Amino acid sequence: MHGTVLLSLILSPELGRFALAFACCLAGAQTVLPLWGAWRGRTALMASARPLAWGQFAALLLSFCCLAAASVANDFSVRNIAENSAVAKPLLYKLTGIWGNHEGSILLWALILALCGVAVARFGRNLPGSLLARVLGVLGGTALGFELFCLLTSDPFDRLWPAPPDGQGMNPLLQDPGLAFHPPILYTGYVGFAVPFAFAVAALLEGRVDAAWGRWVRPWTVAAWSFLSCGIALGSWWSYYVLGWGGYWFWDPVENASLLPWLTGTALLHSAIVVEKREALKIWCVLLAIGTFSLSLSGTFLVRSGILNSVHSFANDPTRGVFILGLLALLIGGALLLFGLRVHLLQAGGLFAPFSREGGLVLNNILLCSICAVVLTGTMYPPFAALLLGQAISVGKPFFDSTAVPMAMPLLATMAIGPMLPWKRARLTPVLQRLWWASLLALLAWAVAAFGVSGTLPVLAAGFAVWVIAGAVADLASRILLFRAPLRDSAARARHLSRAVLGAAIAHAGVGVTVLGLVGMSQAQHAIVSVHPGDGVDLAGMRWTLRSVRDADGPNYHAHVATIDVTRNGRLIAELHPSRRVFPLQHQTTTEVAIRTDLVSDLYAVLGDEHEADGTVVLRLHRNPLAPWIWLGGLLMAIGGFLSLSDRRVRVGAPMRARRGAVPAVPAPAAE
Amino acid sequence: MTRKTRRLWLVGGCMLGFGTATILTLQAFSTDIVFFMAPSQILAHPPAPNRTIRLGGMVVAGSLKETHEAGKPPSVSFLVTDGQDAIPVRFTGVLPDLFREGQSVVALGEMRPGGAFIASEVLAKHDETYMPKEVAEALRKSGRWDPRFGKPPSASSWDDMTVAPSRGS
Repeated sequence: MHGTVLLSLILSPELGRFALAFACCLAGAQTVLPLWGAWRGRTALMASARPLAWGQFAALLLSFCCLAAASVANDFSVRNIAENSAVAKPLLYKLTGIWGNHEGSILLWALILALCGVAVARFGRNLPGSLLARVLGVLGGTALGFELFCLLTSDPFDRLWPAPPDGQGMNPLLQDPGLAFHPPILYTGYVGFAVPFAFAVAALLEGRVDAAWGRWVRPWTVAAWSFLSCGIALGSWWSYYVLGWGGYWFWDPVENASLLPWLTGTALLHSAIVVEKREALKIWCVLLAIGTFSLSLSGTFLVRSGILNSVHSFANDPTRGVFILGLLALLIGGALLLFGLRVHLLQAGGLFAPFSREGGLVLNNILLCSICAVVLTGTMYPPFAALLLGQAISVGKPFFDSTAVPMAMPLLATMAIGPMLPWKRARLTPVLQRLWWASLLALLAWAVAAFGVSGTLPVLAAGFAVWVIAGAVADLASRILLFRAPLRDSAARARHLSRAVLGAAIAHAGVGVTVLGLVGMSQAQHAIVSVHPGDGVDLAGMRWTLRSVRDADGPNYHAHVATIDVTRNGRLIAELHPSRRVFPLQHQTTTEVAIRTDLVSDLYAVLGDEHEADGTVVLRLHRNPLAPWIWLGGLLMAIGGFLSLSDRRVRVGAPMRARRGAVPAVPAPAAE
Repeated sequence: MTRKTRRLWLVGGCMLGFGTATILTLQAFSTDIVFFMAPSQILAHPPAPNRTIRLGGMVVAGSLKETHEAGKPPSVSFLVTDGQDAIPVRFTGVLPDLFREGQSVVALGEMRPGGAFIASEVLAKHDETYMPKEVAEALRKSGRWDPRFGKPPSASSWDDMTVAPSRGS
């Protein structure tokens, strides 16, 4: 205990604030010196970029450690700690609680951005000197903006006098491992897109985009995209098992804010392939890199400025909003202005037929960007209608179901074909020859779905999902000449299959798995009933019987725990224990959902109100077919991304060991 | 294939993609947009019967009635007021944990000819001091609260301001 107090004396909040201010200075130097050096051709100035990036990161890390020390040592004289922590809070949540609030999350954001800078400095040593200097300069400028924002408007080290004896605790809803590690992973995804953005701006400054540029940008995009996929999946999973409303996606502005850069990021990582292999789509790729980071930024910060009203309302503050809007205008507007001024320097790329690998990737980009435009419209229209027309409207699931979901169908339909097309010019027959059994499976899936699944879109999506998964397998099978060469040859080919190809196939299959999960969830059955203990309800061919409700007390809450037996044909298949927790200190009640999964379907039970007058208990019961597949698919996509980052070509190619640049970008929480 | 035809394909593809997106969006805007209305607005301009709207306001204290029979879904009814008018809301299901009488609420549903609002979803996702933006805005518009003169008045005082809480029920 004395150790932590001593540690918090050394790592005092003042030292933290000083380190943050010092990081600002270093970030300023990191912006000015290398950019000036690259402009004037001064090698010494350009070379200053790397040590400055390291210094900035070290200063921010120290600052972050000071905040962590204050949190662990219960220093309630720090306003941020007093408002968000408490003596009784478990140590893990004291640490993860650092980013559970606005000030801390901005500091984490800046820290991850600095980490990206360090990763570029470390793994981009063989980039051309001026390009590296410019990339680090742009990253430094971006970091400077956010560090100033943190220091001037959201100081995490603000002192409070007199210091309260105990903190105000933290929202019990947020004391959950899923949520604790969700922000760092999601932020790494958001912030990771700063690197392609910096590469795009640097390319505009250089006036040159070539195949090597595509090869440098792609691993960074894939890394950011994988983290973002993981973060979105984790957030949706948390919403499913903590909020207890039975669904997994609200189409809430905050969720859409994470989906938008994911969509354009997906488009970017595909179009970067075309730049790398064929030197085409260069201008588009630069624009997409700028657009993706702009969406990441506006996504996270427009939400925080209170422009978008949302259930995630933990940091709505208009004064900060003005600063953030100015910063966004400067960054996004500046990048777009530069694009307009310098785009003529970039040469248009090579020719290709519409039906070719390039053509397929262009179609992928068109569809992803159309979906992105639709989701953006649906997300931004309500606040603008409120601002300009004075109308209070909202756009929810029905809107996105009738726009974004149909738009995704052609994307799924073409996803299986794309990876099999050769570059430049393709013919349909050889592709279909390799896909015949995949089409057979898809037809079979449609036939099965037409009987077992209700709704046109779910049936359509079920077939396409099977088609995408089978297509990914067929792609791999045709590459290793499965059943066309002796098995021994195929096995040898499989061992030498490039990890990029394998990763792409796994990620594509992951999309199919997620879509199957979504189809399953659209067929979920649920019931809300009042029952007496001992009574049962029939749902989804099962009998759900409430056995008892008993009291149980936890460390800082009182709980009511129900026991529900689920039987099918008289045979017990599951025993569920949903509960409600009352936190007297926070005057809050949380529901603990009981989920029993066998990977094919989830049995999901929520304990509602208890009525003492007549002794009934309200239960909400769901049977969610294929629900775990939604997150399993997200995990597969991320695994595919990381696998392709470990490809030999990424290591041996121009940015040596660039793929490992992504690995240190994982803060400890990835080991969750 | 010449550069021109290639460009034509590209432009055609883009037009098809974004054109479909535009058509779907416009179509969805005409049917799937949900308007937010306060009780007095609903009484002044009744929405079409099958149109989903969001009704927001304060839950009148003492108006919550719950009926639950064993084996059936629980159903509740309560009055929602904006300080001018009140509308009875009926809902089948579990109210959110943060639902309280005398506090703000947003209900998603449609008006029935009898003047009752049938909610399919009741939202009370804010903490105990926070008021949904639309509810605050509706209160401001109805002249019951001016943001220049401080925080919204305490929830219990809304009931007294209601001119005729039973109107429309």
